[in-house]
Amino acid sequence: MTIIGWLQISLLFLAVLVVIKPLGLYMAGVFAGERTLLSPLLAPIERGFYRLAGVDRTREQGWLGYTLAMLALSLAGFILLYGILRLQAYLPLNPQGFANVSADLAFNTAVSFVTNTNWQNYAGETTMSHFSQMAGLTVQNFLSAATGMAMAVALTRAFARSQVSVIGNFWVDFTRATLYVLLPISLLMAVVFVAMGLPQTLDASATATTLEGAQQTIALGPVASQEAIKQLGTNGGGFFNANAAHPFENPTAFSNYLNIFAMLSISSALVYTFGQMVGSRRQGWTLLATMAILLIAGVGLVYWAETQGNPILGALGLDPAQGNMEGKEVRFGQAMTALYAAVTTGLSDGGVNGMHGSLTGLGGLVPMFLIQLGEVLPGGVGSGLYGMIVFAILSVFVAGLMVGRTPEFLGKKIEGREMKFVMLAVLILPLAILGFTAASAMLPFAVASVGTGGPHGLSEILYAFTSAAGNNGSAFGGLSGNTPWFNTTLGIAMLLGRFAYVVPVMAIAGSLAGKVKLPTSGGTFPTDTPLFVGLLIGIILILGGLQFFPALALGPIVEHFAMLAGQTF
Amino acid sequence: MSHKPVAPSLVDPAILIPAARDAVLKLDPRKLVRNPVIFVTEAVAVVVTVLFLRDLWTRPAEAGFSSQIAAWLWFTVIFATFAEAVAEGRGRAQAESLKRTKSDLTARRLAANGEIEPIPATTLRIGDIVIVEAGELIPGDGEVIEGAASVNESAITGESAPVIRESGGDRSAVTGGTQVLSDVIKVKITVAPGSSFVDRMIGLIEGAQRQKTPNEIALSILLSGLTLIFLFVVVTIWGLAGYSGTVLSVTVLAALLVTLIPTTIGGLLSAIGIAGMDRLVRFNVIATSGRAVEAAGDVDTLLLDKTGTITFGNRMATDFVAISGVTPGEVAEAALLASLADETPEGRSIAALATGEYGLKTPALEADAVVPFAAETRLSGVDLAGRRLRKGAVDAVLKFAGIAHSDAPAEFHQAVERIARTGGTPLAVADGSRVLGVIHLKDVVKPGIKERFAALRAMGIRTVMVTGDNPVTAAAIASEAGVDDFLAQATPEDKLAFIRREQQGGRLIAMCGDGTNDAPALAQADVGVAMQTGTQAAREAANMVDLDSSPTKLIEIVEIGKQLLMTRGSLTTFSIANDVAKYFAIIPALFVATYPALDALNIMGLSSPQSAILSAVIFNALIIVALIPLALKGVPYRAAAATSLLRRNLLIYGLGGLVLPFAGIKAIDMAVAALNLV
Repeated sequence: MTIIGWLQISLLFLAVLVVIKPLGLYMAGVFAGERTLLSPLLAPIERGFYRLAGVDRTREQGWLGYTLAMLALSLAGFILLYGILRLQAYLPLNPQGFANVSADLAFNTAVSFVTNTNWQNYAGETTMSHFSQMAGLTVQNFLSAATGMAMAVALTRAFARSQVSVIGNFWVDFTRATLYVLLPISLLMAVVFVAMGLPQTLDASATATTLEGAQQTIALGPVASQEAIKQLGTNGGGFFNANAAHPFENPTAFSNYLNIFAMLSISSALVYTFGQMVGSRRQGWTLLATMAILLIAGVGLVYWAETQGNPILGALGLDPAQGNMEGKEVRFGQAMTALYAAVTTGLSDGGVNGMHGSLTGLGGLVPMFLIQLGEVLPGGVGSGLYGMIVFAILSVFVAGLMVGRTPEFLGKKIEGREMKFVMLAVLILPLAILGFTAASAMLPFAVASVGTGGPHGLSEILYAFTSAAGNNGSAFGGLSGNTPWFNTTLGIAMLLGRFAYVVPVMAIAGSLAGKVKLPTSGGTFPTDTPLFVGLLIGIILILGGLQFFPALALGPIVEHFAMLAGQTF
Repeated sequence: MSHKPVAPSLVDPAILIPAARDAVLKLDPRKLVRNPVIFVTEAVAVVVTVLFLRDLWTRPAEAGFSSQIAAWLWFTVIFATFAEAVAEGRGRAQAESLKRTKSDLTARRLAANGEIEPIPATTLRIGDIVIVEAGELIPGDGEVIEGAASVNESAITGESAPVIRESGGDRSAVTGGTQVLSDVIKVKITVAPGSSFVDRMIGLIEGAQRQKTPNEIALSILLSGLTLIFLFVVVTIWGLAGYSGTVLSVTVLAALLVTLIPTTIGGLLSAIGIAGMDRLVRFNVIATSGRAVEAAGDVDTLLLDKTGTITFGNRMATDFVAISGVTPGEVAEAALLASLADETPEGRSIAALATGEYGLKTPALEADAVVPFAAETRLSGVDLAGRRLRKGAVDAVLKFAGIAHSDAPAEFHQAVERIARTGGTPLAVADGSRVLGVIHLKDVVKPGIKERFAALRAMGIRTVMVTGDNPVTAAAIASEAGVDDFLAQATPEDKLAFIRREQQGGRLIAMCGDGTNDAPALAQADVGVAMQTGTQAAREAANMVDLDSSPTKLIEIVEIGKQLLMTRGSLTTFSIANDVAKYFAIIPALFVATYPALDALNIMGLSSPQSAILSAVIFNALIIVALIPLALKGVPYRAAAATSLLRRNLLIYGLGGLVLPFAGIKAIDMAVAALNLV
């Protein structure tokens, strides 16, 4: 680890810290329906959309109506994307003449982009036409991110309101998230990316003759536009197979910085928006502090593990001072790869700028574990916030009784009904991750997809399902996931991780909105103190992470100790 | 009045021996299914026992280990049922004495034809009318409809002084099992036997009718959810281990499952609830539901009657103020004479002040006419030798003297106002149409009450004083006693409206009351405590009855509710924090054969894989027993702000729960190794 490395890391977090408040306030205004900076320009467009769709923006929905609207939109998005992928050979903007995508891969990909996962069982530059990339994948990048934000805002309203049955209008929240937040920032960012040298063209791949006289195909396409929303919406699905390690997606140290900054900004600012909307900015900062502590610990651990390197390679004569550079881009180095790896997994982004499978045992453990914690650090746009609120409810419930009152969070009593839905939501990750991993580990045809022997093979499977169920989308590498088994099961894991989680969460929102908001007093369990941060961290680690300890012990943990013991597989 | 509550000893064999028997009876899976965590533990214990029997047959070498695991899993279940049985036993001991008085009673029922027929008390119905004579026990809860009697209620209240029960008014309620000492009364039975509140209390403690409270239900959902998650974790380990060719025995996985699921809080949860009810009974308070006890912990506002709670029951005369032309001695003498016919405590305190401080002698009364104190006239007095002396409420006396309010001397008004402003009650003294002076009656605030309110405030509980006094008087007493707010000149309707208003704002209210006109407010309040001396209507409306009829009890009730919730939360946190150490004991033990490198996770340095697993299971079982006393006594309670309570309890039960099992499992492992158990 170097001072420069840590300076780079700190500077990025500082930059994010600076935008949290203004962006958070802006979004609070947007979702409250107030006039904002962009209203003069966008309000007429917004009204036009409502008129076109016949949406009465003053009519709010109950939790069920809101959720059904979200599910309907997601289903429509899935059908649209599936259709595009299956028919891309007949659709325009296919200069490479790519064939239709196979049924199981189209299913997997459509689910993947609708659920904000962006797991890629395909190589973009050799599978997807420009039309599929733009009208299919990029559109879903916007929609799935806006959907997540809408859900989070609806849950936020449930805490802000008292004794009402409605939590907002999904169509309105969804439109505003897209129009006022995602589109303008993406536009700006895409232009910056173009300036940095990212391709933005509808041309086919270029063919070049190399110095050796060989023919090389250089893939091109509308990269910059997709890259912007990929990071802003914590989608992570790259234009290229190599994702952000590819020089056309992420050419420079500065573009790398902008990548990480973009994925962190909206998710973090939304937490501030939450605090603002529930009338306690301090609460927002408390949750942010919790996220930051765990995330920075993750960054530090990966950074440390990677600079420590592999003693086995050291014994073979490699300079130990180099640390582990396998699978890393030299232009990013260890600090920026560590930062990217931890942030992309703490965030449910899933873009990668290096091979996670090439990280050391400990270095690989961290990204996996961060996803398993529930994608709340600060998680995907919207999904991270509501995931964190679920943990906060859990913490308040477990420890809140210790002050001698039945638990409440932000003035809302947490009772049997809420706990039922919280437990339903919390069950999903272990169910999807451990269930499918254990099944795959037992099935010979599934194990055949594994790229490496020994515990690393199990890590590959575990990472794949972790990433899918956590709606992260990053891959460990090594696993050949484009098989009917993995396409299908990973697809199911993604669906479970997104919808089986969010539906109970919305039910909680409905239940809480109907409750009276209790006034706070000296006897109220304090949820905006450093003590609560500590408690929340404890609950996230023990209840969120500990379930995966046995699985991790058989994968990255044993890899780590075996490496220290000089053992190879 | 209130007894110092005495907790029964924790090691009383009279409780422990039957509890041990009950603990075994409670193993019946049909009963145990109410407690999902322990039910799963029992199911696992059955499976492991079957595997042990198989091992005996096929792999005798393994049988030693699996027999011990099976045994300790059974101990885990038994310790949990034992905890509940002990809590029930202690509660039952408390209720037993009440129950004894109720059995074998004969009621003399008044039949429709006017004849009296003796029937067993248990066959009484609501609406039956029974005759009870001196020396007899009242056969059931009811209301006196004819006559008056002195009744010994010591069986219920522990207070030996008899009380008067009479038809009509606020003192008509009688309780089954109490004894009539004099006279004959006709009692209309208002509660069917078996549902009277003593029966309800016994039912609540004994568990047969015990229902889970809302918070218990929510906590059970959490515990069941965790059980399900860990079940899933353990089942999938089998598959994950299969990847590396590790074959794990079901016995070992079963051991892991039981140590991970929250058996500690699962086993102690109902014991904590019963102990809470029991603690309430020891304070001579009977709750009609566990829900009420829980609500008591959540109370935000205490509605306290001024009289008897904040101040001593009655106001006392502290000064005589004369207007010019009259000496204080003359006022004292007139007041003394006018008060001779006033048997109220106030009247007696006037006489006491006059004879004490002013050295007057109680005169032999040769009165022409005595005017006793009456609530309607609000004055008392005496006519003698051409003097017509009166003392009483200021406006009543002025009216008697025939003086318009504005015509009274300015000095008099000043004295009245000064007394009222300082929280006192001014009484006027007049001789015929001449005003002599003012008596200063003062409410004396109970010592220590202000500190108590300050402690409540620190816990976030507001105290609101309810009084019939005028706002000026009320404000003075309120500030002297340190309450947060007051309701002056409060009618029962005002109280009800106040409660509704507070509830609208999301606050939970506790109050106590005794009169029939308190009943609507008692029913509306989240915690309504009726006095045992109160009317049947009040007792029906309330969800708790205070047998001591002590209005300060409300504060203790809130504290008991809070302590109950704290105990539950602390043990839940402790139970969950325990899992970390158990993982570190068992995970390396499971996989070290396949991956020797994983021995690095054996940070406790446990002697062998089998010993590690066995030690974790033993610790998991023993911790339940070790925590039974805490579950029954409750975590130490202190009145403090939530922040400091949280810090303290999180440190003890959270951090303690994290660290203690590391030491505990290590110690057990050393013992297991020393004894060569595996």
